[in-house]
Amino acid sequence: MKAFLRMVLVLLALAEATAAGAADFATLVAALPAGGYADRAKVVRELGLSGDGRALKVLTALAGDDLKVMADGAVVIVYEKTGAAVGAVDGTDKGTPAADSLQRIKLNNAVRRALRTATGMLTLRDPDPAKRLSAARDALRAADPEQIEALDAALAAETDPAVKTVLAEAKAAAVLKSGEASEADQLAAVTLLAQRGDEAAQAALAPVVNAKDPAVAAAVKKALADIAEARKLWGLAQNVWYGLSLGSVLLLAAVGLAITFGVMGVINMAHGELVMLGAYTTFVVQQVIRADAPGLFGWSLAIAAPLAFLVAGGVGVAIERGIVRHLYGRPLETLLATWGVSLMLQQAVRSIFGPDNRDVGNPSWMSGAFHLGQMQVTWNRLWILVFAFAVFTVLLIVLKRTAIGLQMRAVTQNRAMAANMGIRTGRVDALTFGLGSGIAGLAGVALSQIDNVSPNLGQGYIVDSFMVVVFGGAGNIWGTLAGAFTLGIANKFLEPFAGAVLGKILILVGIILFIQKRPRGLFAVKGRAVEA
Amino acid sequence: MKVTRRTLLGGIAATAAAPMVAPRRLWAAEDTIKVGILHSLSGTMAISETTLKDVMLMLIAEQNAKGGVLGKKLEPVVVDPASNWPLFAEKARELISQDKCVAVFGCWTSVSRKSVLPVFKELNNILFYPVQYEGQESERNVFYTGAAPNQQAIPAVDYLMSADGGSVKRWVLEGTDYVYPRTTNKILEAYLKSKGVAAEDIMINYTPFGFSDWQTEVSKIKAFGAAGKKTAVVSTINGDANVPFYKELGNQGIKAEDIPVCAFSVGEEELAGLDTKPLVGHLAAWNYFESIDTPENKAFIAAWQKFTNNPKRVTNDPMEAHYIGFNMWVKAVEKAGTTDADKVIDTLPGIEAPNLTGGMSKMLPNHHITKPVYIGEIQEDGQFDVVWKTPDLVPGEPWSPYLPESKDLVSDWVGLKCGNYDKVKKVCLGGA
Repeated sequence: MKAFLRMVLVLLALAEATAAGAADFATLVAALPAGGYADRAKVVRELGLSGDGRALKVLTALAGDDLKVMADGAVVIVYEKTGAAVGAVDGTDKGTPAADSLQRIKLNNAVRRALRTATGMLTLRDPDPAKRLSAARDALRAADPEQIEALDAALAAETDPAVKTVLAEAKAAAVLKSGEASEADQLAAVTLLAQRGDEAAQAALAPVVNAKDPAVAAAVKKALADIAEARKLWGLAQNVWYGLSLGSVLLLAAVGLAITFGVMGVINMAHGELVMLGAYTTFVVQQVIRADAPGLFGWSLAIAAPLAFLVAGGVGVAIERGIVRHLYGRPLETLLATWGVSLMLQQAVRSIFGPDNRDVGNPSWMSGAFHLGQMQVTWNRLWILVFAFAVFTVLLIVLKRTAIGLQMRAVTQNRAMAANMGIRTGRVDALTFGLGSGIAGLAGVALSQIDNVSPNLGQGYIVDSFMVVVFGGAGNIWGTLAGAFTLGIANKFLEPFAGAVLGKILILVGIILFIQKRPRGLFAVKGRAVEA
Repeated sequence: MKVTRRTLLGGIAATAAAPMVAPRRLWAAEDTIKVGILHSLSGTMAISETTLKDVMLMLIAEQNAKGGVLGKKLEPVVVDPASNWPLFAEKARELISQDKCVAVFGCWTSVSRKSVLPVFKELNNILFYPVQYEGQESERNVFYTGAAPNQQAIPAVDYLMSADGGSVKRWVLEGTDYVYPRTTNKILEAYLKSKGVAAEDIMINYTPFGFSDWQTEVSKIKAFGAAGKKTAVVSTINGDANVPFYKELGNQGIKAEDIPVCAFSVGEEELAGLDTKPLVGHLAAWNYFESIDTPENKAFIAAWQKFTNNPKRVTNDPMEAHYIGFNMWVKAVEKAGTTDADKVIDTLPGIEAPNLTGGMSKMLPNHHITKPVYIGEIQEDGQFDVVWKTPDLVPGEPWSPYLPESKDLVSDWVGLKCGNYDKVKKVCLGGA
């Protein structure tokens, strides 16, 4: 009851202060904990518009969940590391209050939205151009008529041309939203946003399509149509990019199989589990790094890659020596035996690491996205594409330019003659299988960045991998490359029209028809598999 | 008799023990009440269901420490249906016919529930089903302790439409392609249209199980959200597909402030495998959150972490459903004075048991229970912060009033003795 009374008093004070024209900073901060989310969002907005230098610190603390209420009702900023509290308004030292005596100021999305806008308003004049740019973008997104004044002031003071452009666009969006400016101003605003021509401009223009002024409404309608037209082309480019990215994932998953299945002719159903082992290796490496050397986290994937190659390759050699070599020439038995191995590996991992997903972190250079024109490219996908090409190139060099590669090809093409030339075919078999498996492990490192790291990880890729290798032509790794990217791009062009489920079915039907015409895939070669 | 590893081991143990124990001991071993636990411990569903097996073992152990039921100890019988739907039916039969369990707690997916239904009807036993589901079913032998659509989906949409939820005007219904999302989205689409949402403001999209390449889907959502109207995603994406979905959202920079995602199948367990920083503010609708601050919940979490010997083990909504369901079953058996299925089924409606959020849940004549509905926002620590809740407990309704095929149906196993009574034609449609 007491708390309620206090809340009412504070709200009354707030209403009065707002009415007076300039809300007092201290009153505003004191009002933050009171009322519901809607009241809090309003106070945050007021703080943003207040332009008070101290407001930014308070709002940043609020956004970071560091703004708390002490038992006596004082609003304090608590430093996460030391637990020390200082008064939010005047910075007075409040000692180190016990954590459970502090009350949180809860946020929801509406308050967070208000916070973003308010923080943006307060950083419009920040010395750092990057911060100003992000603030200008926030203002563009908010399109708040009440910000026009502040935006004007910021525009006048701005020196950086990039920030200036966005500021002008933000002002244009706010002007259109208010609908009170002169027709000429509004039309100029529409032109400015139409030039920007991306999703943000679209979002700013769409709500004013029914503007009161018919000339403005017509201009907005035309601008929106132009943007949609331009975006169609970019959409095409975006689809190609998505296709390349999906293709790179397929390539990574399949290229190891292109060795074991394509070159050696072994139907290895445990291939997916070797990928999974690579992903779990990454998880273990990250755990060790997190515990012992947090500074190395950015390097965790680079450290994990060779280890994953060795782990998966080692398991691959063990599978070959222990099981597969006794079954050469008996594909059905090989299939069943390796399927058994896949189940054993899955359950082993489930027993050791548990059935739930493991959290494999993305290093900062793998997170986020950048814009290429109006196309958005996520960093993790780009690096995976680069990684897939790197793995492919190294594999090509190993096969074509090294002694072991020569021996592999020799054994594949004519085992008897290779043996007569003094090649230890058994050893080459083991190494070839190990190489294919090791590459599966590398794929696991990359996939841990975009997929779940769970015992079931491999199952999702085994069918796709076989599909790619069969489609590309068993035994030819260039075929695998072509197959992976063809399927990737075809899939991503079908998805927007047919939906993900039907898209996949159409791809499968397409492959079945294709295999009827060309049973040996895109690039057919001779090899043990073909002769058998 | 089908020899499984368990019966074989049991057989060996019994043979070995027989000469050593007195007849009295044997009689005592027989005089327990057996409770079946039918959750997958291997395969794709193991991730979710193993926890429920553990929570049942804990509840049974706690009840035994209190002296059991009707003066007898409870004996859990655990089987592993291995995420294999036909095997669910086989294992259910084994639990009832062979092990003589008097009630079974189990199933997660709707298809596993549908697969065991005929067995429970034929052998007249009781199933407690603890997971939120699509409704459109009410069986005499099943007690649904998870949420019906009106206890999760509808309130969540109401919240998003409210001023606090952001006054959402444009909706993406994104789901995995199987019966629960399809039915739920059908209900939601009808509900949204009844609230005046235009057809072009609703986008419905399905993806296969375990989908991992979300680039196109997420950019579609982004483009759909750029129409200048407040947009939200209602997600019925199931299981593993959620992690890459949320990762892609984070990477493409879709923040909860712009396009919130409200999920029906993402709980504390699912978030445990995720970096939750980019997800702060995305929503989930459940009847229970681990973060809810009540003495009952604190005690439950402490007991759970002690039982699993893991101070970081999280709790979730279906666990609470088992907690409520188990306590209701205990009360009903004690009230009826017998474990006989018919008597317990007749006694259960009207039984009340505390839930973990400070209220008293009640079994209704339609075999669903009353539950509060909470909307939680994801926090940085992987927990949910409750931002909204229903003022009262919401009674579960199996038949959706928003679908033409079920709007006239009611379920009442007490008065009407019927799970799908047609109010208009005044006739019980019976087994379908």
